[in-house]
Amino acid sequence: MKLVIGIVRPEQANQVLEALYRAEVRGFSMSRVQGHGGEMDRVETYRGTTVQMGLSEKMRFEVAVSDDFVDKTVQALCEGGRTGEVGDGKIFVVPLDHAVRIRTGDSDEGAVTPVSK
Amino acid sequence: MSGGIDTGDTAWMLIATALVLLMTPALGLFYAGLVRSKNVLNTFMMSIAAIAVATITWAAVGYSLAFDGDGALIGGLGNAFMQGVDFAPREGTTIPELVFFAFQATFCIITTALISGAVVERMRFAPFLVFSALWSVLVYAVLAHWAFGGGWLIAGGTLDFAGGVPVEMASGFSALAAALVVGARKDYGRQALLPHNAVFVLLGAGLLWFGWFGFNGGSGFSTGQGSVLAFTNTLLCPAATLVVWFGLDLMRGRKVTAIGAATAIIVGCVLITPAGGYVSPGWAMLLGALGAIPSYGIIVWRTRTRVDETLDVLAAHGTAGFFGILFIGFFAQEAWNGVSDGLFYGNAAQLWDQVLAVLAAPAYAFVATFVLLKVIGAVMPLRATDREEAMGMDVVQHGEEAYVTGEGAILLLPDDHEKVAVPVADPG
Repeated sequence: MKLVIGIVRPEQANQVLEALYRAEVRGFSMSRVQGHGGEMDRVETYRGTTVQMGLSEKMRFEVAVSDDFVDKTVQALCEGGRTGEVGDGKIFVVPLDHAVRIRTGDSDEGAVTPVSK
Repeated sequence: MSGGIDTGDTAWMLIATALVLLMTPALGLFYAGLVRSKNVLNTFMMSIAAIAVATITWAAVGYSLAFDGDGALIGGLGNAFMQGVDFAPREGTTIPELVFFAFQATFCIITTALISGAVVERMRFAPFLVFSALWSVLVYAVLAHWAFGGGWLIAGGTLDFAGGVPVEMASGFSALAAALVVGARKDYGRQALLPHNAVFVLLGAGLLWFGWFGFNGGSGFSTGQGSVLAFTNTLLCPAATLVVWFGLDLMRGRKVTAIGAATAIIVGCVLITPAGGYVSPGWAMLLGALGAIPSYGIIVWRTRTRVDETLDVLAAHGTAGFFGILFIGFFAQEAWNGVSDGLFYGNAAQLWDQVLAVLAAPAYAFVATFVLLKVIGAVMPLRATDREEAMGMDVVQHGEEAYVTGEGAILLLPDDHEKVAVPVADPG
């Protein structure tokens, strides 16, 4: 089991969602984060005050998957998130020790596999 | 004051002018609530831009083309650059022409701002400024001349109290043309593009209604009976529209929606705009009730098409203005307006005069706007790139964000502007 963390542009979030659905990845969470990845191109001016925006809005997807699904998930995140410009984001895959589905008490592989009813 | 000026009328018209000017920022707020949070400032700025641009064009030539002389199609240039616009009473009124000029200017401003609803979230700001300047003269001033300034419609007997022709139908049908020329947003029909703040929408609609008392109540240019009737009808008609809209919402989705209610307020105010001083309070309420139905229908239909007329200017203004102008032809009542009866009171000719207006005004507005935007589009790109559209027009067009937190922002001191070297990782 792995936890796939994808940090993408907010404007690509819908494309990422579509790609994840297409890859039949059904369980994930998404949150708004602010991050810095080296890009410093946004300069904004408010009356006399000019600032350079060091942090950009990003969307963070967290997807817990069984090993078979890791590649598909990473591919979907790349496909949906890529524009080719600096600031497209990053993907991290980290090992996952244990998972529990609260409703049923299923654990590990059983907890990260979607229920088909 | 010089002869022929009535101080009471003048006092009211000064206030009414300010009320109508408030409607444009109110419209900006209404529109800003309806767009996504990354386009709030740009959307609001289009209304502010209309105040800037349309005021200047109105002073330069717009007012003159609309209100100088009684040519059939267009006025003269006798009042260009406000020549002769002074303290003497405007012909046919008891208020100084300066006040009349300012009052009419606020109408030109809001009408120009209204069209922005069709092109928000993707049209670039610079071409919108150019469009506003040209549209306020080539379309608004012309239609204002037809309906108010002595042109062929008013001369032929068409009744339009406060602007069903130059304001409502002109903006609605121009908006449709603008949406077709500029094209749909890149994600339209693929993703849900939802209003980001329904409270702005309700507050904007409420402030518009407030300002509309000046818009309709001032269109008699006096404190006389027509103004009083229009003022009260501006309360009655939108209330009826709201109630019917609640019912339509209930039938369609089993819930009364807030954004639906805000839309209903606008539709009701538009419905009574042309008819305000011509129909009895009872008929005004019927107008509000019946008129809700076509606008509601157009909104439901439009969202199923590929036409991204984003904020439904056609449904709220074009359709309701069309309906309101026609309604006069049936239910105008000389006993109330002292001018003319409609078909219902035995005067079929009035209906014909109204039909002419609903045929001519939409056709002119649509065609002129379509051609105008095609010409501007040939000179400069009308819309932002897909990439810019995705980032949002606020950052791209204005270099600001509506809901900025300031976290992680690095202050640039004046001499820092060139060396952007900040102590962070260099990706390159």
